[in-house]
Order: sequence, then structure tokens, then C-alpha cells
Amino acid sequence: MMRMGKLAWALWFGYAFLYVPIALLILYSFNESRLVTVWGGFSTKWYTELLQNDQLLGAAWLSLQVAAMSATASVVLGTVAGLALARFGRFRGRTLFGGMITAPLVMPEVITGLSLLLLFVALEQAIGWPDGRGMTTITIAHTTFTMAYVAVIIQSRLVSLDESLEEAAMDLGARPAKVFFVITLPIIAPAIVSGWLLAFTLSLDDVVVASFVSGPGSTTLPMVIFSSVKFGISPQINALATLMMVVVATGIFIASLVMARQERQKKRDEQMAVQGG
Amino acid sequence: MAVQPIRKPTRLEPWQDPGQKPYVRIEKVTKTFGDFVAVDEVSLSIYRGEFFALLGGSGSGKTTLLRMLAGFETPTEGKIFIDGVDMAGIPPYERPVNMMFQSYALFPHMSVEQNVAFGLKQDGVAKAEIAERVGAMLDLVQLGKFAKRKPHQLSGGQRQRVALARSLVKRPKLLLLDEPLGALDKRLREQTQFELVNIQEKLGVTFIVVTHDQEEAMTMSSRIAVMNHGVIAQTGTPTEIYEYPQSRFVAEFIGSVNMFEGRVVEDQADHVLIRSEDAGCDLYINHAVSVPSNATVAVAVRPEKIALSKEPPANADGRNVTGGIVREIAYLGDVSIYLVELKTGKTVRVTAPNVVRRTEMPITWDDEVYLSWRPFAGVVLTQ
Repeated sequence: MMRMGKLAWALWFGYAFLYVPIALLILYSFNESRLVTVWGGFSTKWYTELLQNDQLLGAAWLSLQVAAMSATASVVLGTVAGLALARFGRFRGRTLFGGMITAPLVMPEVITGLSLLLLFVALEQAIGWPDGRGMTTITIAHTTFTMAYVAVIIQSRLVSLDESLEEAAMDLGARPAKVFFVITLPIIAPAIVSGWLLAFTLSLDDVVVASFVSGPGSTTLPMVIFSSVKFGISPQINALATLMMVVVATGIFIASLVMARQERQKKRDEQMAVQGG
Repeated sequence: MAVQPIRKPTRLEPWQDPGQKPYVRIEKVTKTFGDFVAVDEVSLSIYRGEFFALLGGSGSGKTTLLRMLAGFETPTEGKIFIDGVDMAGIPPYERPVNMMFQSYALFPHMSVEQNVAFGLKQDGVAKAEIAERVGAMLDLVQLGKFAKRKPHQLSGGQRQRVALARSLVKRPKLLLLDEPLGALDKRLREQTQFELVNIQEKLGVTFIVVTHDQEEAMTMSSRIAVMNHGVIAQTGTPTEIYEYPQSRFVAEFIGSVNMFEGRVVEDQADHVLIRSEDAGCDLYINHAVSVPSNATVAVAVRPEKIALSKEPPANADGRNVTGGIVREIAYLGDVSIYLVELKTGKTVRVTAPNVVRRTEMPITWDDEVYLSWRPFAGVVLTQ
């Protein structure tokens, strides 16, 4: 029992470490007082104010758009890259390419951001595109660094995929392009979905790269929050964070519920198969 | 050995008929992966309606050869003809060939029905016809009531039958099977061997099977090609391979065998006499061999062709008779295996059927016994 007690303490401490800051954030979103650190009684006035704050809502909307677009683009590019790395066999410089695709994962964001900024400026001078910096440049920048993550996910899924599935489809008369869309893509769909979600989250989070490549009038939510720290955080931000958390938590809860049900169904099916002999 | 579905010898076997054209012709095919030679100048002719087995251990090149027939690998050198057409440059999806994969390769996101229908769909067959042919094929493999299930809802044997149905539904002229029974347990495997042979005879499709299991190859096939290190060691019917192996490798790979080294002392048109230190007696064999006198050869004698007795056998003239002491006995029910240590120190394996029911064996451990065999039992191996 002594042992159990110690373990339980460790558990409580660990979870407290993770969740107390978040709990405080939620608590202070219902604070009457303007001062974030002083409790002035319960109120929902910051939520009301938030709904009238066009700048904050606009930034949130922009962030969501950028995240969705760059996640989609990086899934397409990442799948192609993952496919090439997993399926082209041993070509010259394969190891080099494999390493280069993962380099952006460890590259400091400051460097990624700065190099992209230089590229965009040079491009604008050379061919007149992109015309200034804004949503387009942020989306492109986010695609570059999230694509690496997606490629790694897709590649590892493809490596574990039985290659004879694709061969069987080809053997039965399907051309390579058709094999990809009818066999490979549906089988790796879960990996693509998780790649998209990861890319979305990464893009939604990012403040460093976005700061480099955004222009006037296109400020993402993390940038707004970050810059508002200088003037003291308004409890509106707490309210917005709380709302986003509620949305994310609900999504995760539903997803895990669906997955658990599928798992149970699969177990039942396998049981049935064994009994059916 | 498993029960054998005996093939009815209905006509002159096609490989003996000079008027027959081979359906599959493999001409001096070589395949190298870097420095490794997987298949080395293999030539083979396979005829319509055959059940042909490529038998060999891992790394013998049998699977590579099969994959070249399917079009997944390109020969480094040599040519492959199917039905007279050169297969060079023809991709897998345009070959008149289907393949059943070792892993079955069933599409996990499709039902049994959709899996089987996949090939017909690619060919643009009309929907009504697809439904009809898929239904008939599922009935043939007795999976009609599992049509709506997904592969993970099936047992191993059922998956194997789905894979077979899927590869047969397009009515290929040639079906390639990569270790078709490898993933099944022993009982199911024997049962499925029969089914495979029956289906093959019913549909008249040419089967080429890759297997490492000699029993499987013996039971099912009309002819076997034994492969070793990318080279074909011997091609022949199961009986030929078993009774008349042409090399030590084939003799030892198929079944078990006792090998005696010896020197040819007499080489006549109707017999040879070989003096063997190993066996401790002269070996008399009633067929001629073309080797120089005094040449050193190996003689293979199958364990079931040796008779054991406590008394010296009648008509023994010192040929094909030797003595030893029983060291080990394995009672397998239908047969018993005796390991007999000869006076020369060599251990010989003898298989004897347990014809009479008894609990006490007439021959037991440490008995002194005589081993004898008939003149036709030995096979002289020069390679």
C-alpha cells in the first residue's frame, strides 16, 4: 500500500504539472477583473467582448484558413515524397534524399522563416510574384515545414504496407495510376488523415515562421496573442483559448470514441472468423 | 508422406510428345541483383494443362523465376515466351497470367466479393456478368455465404480460398502460385492439396507452383523442377525425381536417403558392381552406368527399400547385404524408423511399415541385424 501511495502521488503531480496552467487559463476567462492575475468574481463578459472584437476573430479565421490550406497542400506533397522514398527502391542518393526530407524537422524555425522571407522578396523582385506578403506567403511557408512531417508519416506507413497488395492489383489488370488511387490511397488513408491533422495543428501553432513572412493586414492568431503580451493580456484571449480548447477536446473525444468502437468491432469479427473456421 | 491424389494417366504426357508445343518457354533466363545471381541460365518448357512445381530451398531462385513470369521482374538475359508471345516489355497488367501471392495480398478495404470482382472490373466486364462469374467462383471455393465479409473476418483457410478465387476468376491460361499452402496448418494443407488439384483439373488451367515443401510438390504436381542456387538441378515427374535422382543434391533434398561411397569394379551392360568401404559390402545394381572403371561414385538407397532381419537373408551372396546394431528407433504409428550403426561406423536409416499390430517390437535397441536390399534399390550418382 505504501508503494501504491507513492505512485498515486507521482501520478497526481504529473497531471497537475500538465493541467494546472490550463485550468488557470480557463478559470481566469470567467474573471470579472481586467487584471489577469487578480480574481474579481465570476463573469462571462469577456466572451461577449470577444464576439465583438473583429481583429481577434479575424486573426483566428485567417489562422484556420492558412492551417487548412497548408495542411491540404502538405498532405499532397508529403504523400508524393513519401511514396518516392518508400517505393522507388534503391536509387542513387536515396539516403541523402531521405535525410534531406527530415532536415526541416530539426531546422531552427528562425532560419526557415528568414530563408523563406529572402526567397519571397527575391521572387517578387524577379517575377513580381508573390505580390507583397500575406496569406499566400504564410500558407506556402507553412506548407514547406509541415510537409516534412507528413512525408515521414506517409513513408513509414508505406514501408509497412505489403507491396504484394499493389502487385496483386497490377496482376489483375489495373494500371499503376489506378492501383494508387484504388488500392494504395484507401489503405493509407488513416495515415493521411493523421498527417493532415498534425500539419493543421503545427500551422495553427506557429508564430515564428509566420512573423517573418506575413505582411500588413495579415496577422495570424498566435501573432496577435504574442504581440498583445506587450500591453498586458486581455482576458478575451483567455476566453478565445478556452473556446478553442473546448472545440479541440470535443473533436479528440469523438475520434477516440469512434476508434474504440471500431477496435471492439474488429475484435468481434476476428472472434467470429476463428469460430467460423 | 501424405495421401496422394493419384493423377489418372489418360494420354501420352505432353512433355514426351514431340508434336506438342510448350505453352510456357523459358530460354536461358538469367537474373542478377547487383553481384548476386538469383537465376542462372534457366531453360524450361511447360505444357498446357500441367501442374508444374518449382521446388527449392530459400534463395534457390524459384520465386524470382515466378516473378519474372508474372512480369514483376525483368530478366537480365534470356527470353520468356507465353503461348508463343515474347513477354519482354509486357507489363504485368497486360499478361495473360494471374498470380496467387504467398501473403494472399487480399485488399483489406474490400469485401470478399469486391476482391474477387476486382480483376473483372479492370477489364470492363458488364456488371451482370461480373456478379454471375464472382458468384460461380465463390461457390467453387465454397465461400458463397462469406461474400460480404472483409478479409480480416476470415480464417486463414478461407483467405487462401478467396485469393485462389480472385486469381482464377479472370480465367487465366496460366496461374502462378507462390507457396499457396505455406500459411496453412498441416491438416488444412493436406485437404487443400486435393482441392487445388481438383480445381486445376476441372478448369484445365496451367499451374506453376513455387514451394519449398517437397511433400507438397510430390502430391500435387505433374512435373517438378528442383532448383538449387539459381540452377535447375533436375526436372521430372515426382516418381522420376524420387526414384531416379540424378545428383546427390536432388537425392538428399527429396525425402531421406542413405549415401554410400564406392568404387566401380565391374561395369556391364546389365549391371554394375561397386565396392564400398562405407557399406561394408559390394553393391550390385541392375542397370548400367557410363562411368570409367575404378571411378568413385555415390550410391543412394532409400530407407524404405532396405529390409531388416535378425537372421541372415536367404540367397545372400555378400552383395547388398550388410550388418549392424540398432541404435535408435522412432515409432511413428504407420512406420518405424530405425537408425542402424554399421560395422564400418556409418549410420543407416531404415523405414519399415508396421504391418502387424503388436506392442512389442521384434527388433529392438542394441539388436544385431542384417540389412539387405534388392538390385533395383540403389541409384548410382556420378555428380
